Amino acid sequence: MIALILNGRSVEVDDEPRTPLLYVLRDTLELNGAKFGCGLGQCGACTVLVDGAPVFSCVVPVGDLAGRRITTVEGLGTRQRPGALQQAFIEEQAAQCGYCTAGMILRAQALLERNASPTDEQIRSALEPNLCRCGTHIRIVRAVRRAARERQRAAADGVSRLGGAG
Amino acid sequence: MAVTGLKVSRRAVLSRAGALVVSFALAPSLAAAAARSSGEAADRSLPGSLRSTPLLDSWLRIDAGGITVFTGKAELGQGIKTALIQVAAEELAVQPQAITLVTADTARTPDEGYTAGSLSMEDSGTAIMNAAAQAREIMIALASERLHQPRRDLTAGQGAVIAPGGRRIAYADLVSDRTLHVRAEPRSPLGNPAHRRVMGRSWPRVDIPAKVFGERAFVQDLRLAGMVHARVVRPPSYGARLRSVESAPILRLPGVLHVVRNGSYLAVVARREYQAVVAMEALSRAARWEESANLPQQSRLFADFLEWPSREVPVATRGRPPDLRRLHAATMLEAEYRRGYLMHGSIGPSCAVAHFDQGALTVWTQTQGVFPLRRALAELIGLPESRVRCIQVEGAGCYGHNGADDAAADAALIAEQVPGRPVRVQWMRADEHKWEPYGSAMLARVRGALDEAGRIVWWEYRVWSNTHSTRPGGAGELMPAWYLERPLSPPAPRPLPLPAGGGDRNALPLYRIPSLKVDYRFVPRMPLRVSALRSLGAHLNVFAIESFMDELARAARLDPVEFRLRHLDDPRAVAVIRAAAERFGWREYRRLAGGGKGFAFARYKNLAAYLAIAVEVSVDHGGPMPRVLRVVAAVDSGEAVNPDGIRNQIEGGIIQALSWTLLESVRFDRTRITSRDWASYPILRFSAAPHSVEVVVLNRPGQPFLGTGEAAQGPAAAALANAVADATGLRLRDLPLSGDRIKGAMRS
Repeated sequence: MIALILNGRSVEVDDEPRTPLLYVLRDTLELNGAKFGCGLGQCGACTVLVDGAPVFSCVVPVGDLAGRRITTVEGLGTRQRPGALQQAFIEEQAAQCGYCTAGMILRAQALLERNASPTDEQIRSALEPNLCRCGTHIRIVRAVRRAARERQRAAADGVSRLGGAG
Repeated sequence: MAVTGLKVSRRAVLSRAGALVVSFALAPSLAAAAARSSGEAADRSLPGSLRSTPLLDSWLRIDAGGITVFTGKAELGQGIKTALIQVAAEELAVQPQAITLVTADTARTPDEGYTAGSLSMEDSGTAIMNAAAQAREIMIALASERLHQPRRDLTAGQGAVIAPGGRRIAYADLVSDRTLHVRAEPRSPLGNPAHRRVMGRSWPRVDIPAKVFGERAFVQDLRLAGMVHARVVRPPSYGARLRSVESAPILRLPGVLHVVRNGSYLAVVARREYQAVVAMEALSRAARWEESANLPQQSRLFADFLEWPSREVPVATRGRPPDLRRLHAATMLEAEYRRGYLMHGSIGPSCAVAHFDQGALTVWTQTQGVFPLRRALAELIGLPESRVRCIQVEGAGCYGHNGADDAAADAALIAEQVPGRPVRVQWMRADEHKWEPYGSAMLARVRGALDEAGRIVWWEYRVWSNTHSTRPGGAGELMPAWYLERPLSPPAPRPLPLPAGGGDRNALPLYRIPSLKVDYRFVPRMPLRVSALRSLGAHLNVFAIESFMDELARAARLDPVEFRLRHLDDPRAVAVIRAAAERFGWREYRRLAGGGKGFAFARYKNLAAYLAIAVEVSVDHGGPMPRVLRVVAAVDSGEAVNPDGIRNQIEGGIIQALSWTLLESVRFDRTRITSRDWASYPILRFSAAPHSVEVVVLNRPGQPFLGTGEAAQGPAAAALANAVADATGLRLRDLPLSGDRIKGAMRS
């Protein structure tokens, strides 16, 4: 049994320790967000966060992750309470086929958590490991920019109410 | 889903997933069955796909449960679902939310062939628009009888027919089972294009939310009760044959249920997905193959293309050749343009789920054509078509014929070996890279002459390529069938007929040229597997024509935009060129050091969407490749149902075409494909994406739908090469225009 903290909740999985995290997320835990793209860490479709840092879940053995915090796109929000990036991707219509979308969102999430107002160059540089074959790059950058603005606005509102930024 | 402190029970979750699936497998629509059994010949007088499926209730059902619209086309990430819902909502006078859309499913929807050729709006959009308008008028007529009110006093709105004074009857109360079971009329009372409510607006795509929240959105996400996982051990090269494999040790690996061997076809089935991957790798190591070096030498490919037997397909002849001796030498140009094999390069490797149960086969597939695939699978498995159902579920973007149909064949072949258990097959990255059918290599030669006034007086064009479609068809076009003990072979390749054409798609320039000869040399011999890639031959043909137009403009000392306008009569062509040039600031553009601008235009297939594009680049002489700074395009797709959907597709088409044009060519040695992953076949990443892409949509309300998806591929390629030529003075005619080629050209 390997204990993980998945989207803020404790779970235990019985997969072989060498099993890449991606298969645990998709096959054992039945989450859809992380996608199989290459299995080689070349395309980023499988990107999730481990302790807040983006990783290629297709090449990280689950046995190395005991007790670590894993965030998938399912953990960022729901239709009722969308995360800032999820909302921004919808508002910018920043998807064509959408297969790369969850990986893009997570890599952007990691960026925004360490840099609240990145430049376009910084956004592009952060997203460089992730491939999009449909050519949605411009919209994806725009969505990340929009999410950054919204998060800052929400943070400012939160401060003015002496509350947390959530 | 994951509960604190509890072990997740796979079985419990699976049974929940199973419950979802039951509703997925509804009984076939009676209407679809009736339309198919009627066996009527296509009625050419009817609009769009009503020709082949004329009954209104094949397209549209209205009952207490709401309005359901059926399309034989598939969502491929192009946004077709949203656009079709908008079309239906417009003509039925309801909000888009009131409509449920069912896409390609052999048991439920009309047979609209393949979702390809940028034809979905023309075929299905037109059919649904007309069917909805006719259904609306039928309901108004019924309400007129019931309310004893003349038809002209009644209006349709919000799911009801409304009489003056506010009396209303809901659609569902007007329509009984058979009401819409009538043949479409050739003409429909279509809504007034000046009063659109839903069409022409950028309605948000209905499929995007599921994708950003990680809901089940893709065929890769299907989990059926009792489902098992399979992986195929593909041969190392096209001609390889399996000599031996020791499968007993594989069967002892954890979770392995079955090893499938049929001739050189080898696959493994396991309980869990990663167990299947591990077993596939072990099986692959255990397999001994016989290979032969039967691929051509890549560096000689184009010389081979010219030498191999080819069949001449005349495309167009106009006027008679001028006396070339009387023209000045400087006004006669010739050039040759080439591209290698291009990959579709889907980000998600192909996937399918098949369930073989009690002599019937159900396949969930990302195919572009459920009906053609059903025919091919029925032949492959040896079942009557009536025992095979294909249901399209989205996969990653395909951009043409990729591994989708083959993965469905894999799933079917393997499911047949484990009856009663749904089998999910997903290809590995190298499977997709090495086995998808590529876009054919192409070569074009062009000669042109100008008169003293800078008018084109003679144009001679010849293009060589393999076929641009090997879609099924039959089982012989499913690649897994080639390796069975009793192998099937694909039929002899054929050129695709004009006017749309294949290798000759867009080989004929739209420009006014008094004397011209265009032909296509179809090369049957295809050393690499090829099929339909977004825009087929139009990518290279438009690249060649529009590069050459710039070369002629330069010889004529005319601005490239002005030169094009002087040779065009079609006002819609002129309009997109003016719109793109104006928005780009073509005339005002001031070149910085290393900078350049390029322009291109084409009407896709010479009968669909018009697109003009301007590109600004910066070429750093030491740098690896030109940097695309800014792109502006103008597109006329006829009536624009969802302008932002059109912009999204054109932006994507441009960026994808920039990737093809800058970076891509499939590599191979004498035996194997060596482009096996994203390192050995790099595609454009964020660092190479343009700084901005702007798309102007010229909406033409009331005009026929012209389609959008492929319009940008050729023009984007040419505009880029034209901008590089403007920036550097170097004319690059071989794709990809990668850094090495640019540096090489600069040295020489």
